[in-house]
Amino acid sequence: MTYVRDVGALARKDLLLELRARDTLPAMLLFVVATFVVFHFSLPAHPSKLAASGLLWVAILFTALLGLGRAFLPEQEQRVLDGLVLAPCDRSAIWLGKSLATLAFLAAAQVVALPLYALFFRPLTGSQVLGVALADVGICAVGTFLGAMAVTTRARELLLPLLFLPLAIPIVVGGVGAGVAAEPGRYLVFLLLYDLLFAVICWASFEYVVSE
Amino acid sequence: MRSAGATIPAVGRTSRISLPALAASSLVLVTTALVFVFFVAPNDANQGFSQRIFYFHVSIAITAYACFAGGAWKALRHLWKRDPRADLESYVWVHQGLIFGTLVLLTGSIWAKISWGHWWLWSEDQLVLFLVLFLFYCAYFMLRFSVDPGPQRANLSAVYALFGVVLIPVSFAAIRLAKNLIHPVVFTRHGPNFGGWMLVTYCIAQVAMLVLAYTLYRLELSGKRLDGRLRELKEVLV
Repeated sequence: MTYVRDVGALARKDLLLELRARDTLPAMLLFVVATFVVFHFSLPAHPSKLAASGLLWVAILFTALLGLGRAFLPEQEQRVLDGLVLAPCDRSAIWLGKSLATLAFLAAAQVVALPLYALFFRPLTGSQVLGVALADVGICAVGTFLGAMAVTTRARELLLPLLFLPLAIPIVVGGVGAGVAAEPGRYLVFLLLYDLLFAVICWASFEYVVSE
Repeated sequence: MRSAGATIPAVGRTSRISLPALAASSLVLVTTALVFVFFVAPNDANQGFSQRIFYFHVSIAITAYACFAGGAWKALRHLWKRDPRADLESYVWVHQGLIFGTLVLLTGSIWAKISWGHWWLWSEDQLVLFLVLFLFYCAYFMLRFSVDPGPQRANLSAVYALFGVVLIPVSFAAIRLAKNLIHPVVFTRHGPNFGGWMLVTYCIAQVAMLVLAYTLYRLELSGKRLDGRLRELKEVLV
């Protein structure tokens, strides 16, 4: 029970910070809209279903990267991470709280981005939206974990995309499949399995990332 | 002043098989494999002479997997048992895996060019998987070299190396799934029955590559250990 309370407190802290400073979410929104416009001019006039769906996933992935790159930056700048590690709570709660907060940002950005995509390019199907939702969980779980790794290195934000993109390829496959395949069921199941598998690994090994 | 001998562990022999013996046996095995591949194994009924690259391509691929698995195993030992040598060993295994992985990409690309006329085929599962793994393990090196040596670097490298062995099956499943989507036509190889001298040649090539990888691993490891010891000795002397 205390674990849930810890996670809630940590996630609330991030949401509150964002509500007051408004650093990340406006940037993500602006970025995703700008990406759509850029893609409109780089694609043929009436993009096929596959091309448009691929575009959506590129936009989602890079928007998420924008948010994930900043996820642990406040902690690093204010040296909060040491305090959090010393706090009498399970270390994995730090990861879970941060993941939930990032998930909230990403979901908020997509609440605007998905209708815009439907307006600009193609209407969305139910399985496509479900695929996006499932992929968000995986992106935030793995991305937050890698963000915590990247922020301790010299290269910082530079490193996160390099660490993250190879691990995100299965997410893209699942997400694109859920949108364009005739029977999206297996792609959704694949995304669900990916989420569960990597969430468990991240949860179990986060302690090693923040402690020596 | 501290005494040097007490703080610095000897580089010495940690394994039962000596490095020169390993080097000699890998030389013999690789030579035997070459002889078998070029002179003993029969020509493939469909692809002719060019099929012979298969013996290297596949055995190198299996060896690269073995190296990545070795890296992950040592990473696990580092995190679990806090084995002080495991970090360096894990890194050297991953390094060897990346070298063999690059060779897989090269040999696969050559084979694809000769068989199908293209240097790169997205419909080849193994090749695409190795590209993903190549990117992943290159990122491992970026990560490792952007953290100062110490327990933190060891932990981060170990955790990322463990992600790698999870990524292999997940990516493979993903690539299979994607192929149904993007490439409905699957390339199938109808070779002759895989047996007789072909199987013998393949087995020899496989063993040769595994022994070669292990030899290279030991060589690099002893070099790195010597390097570390030299640095410690310098610090003691200064």
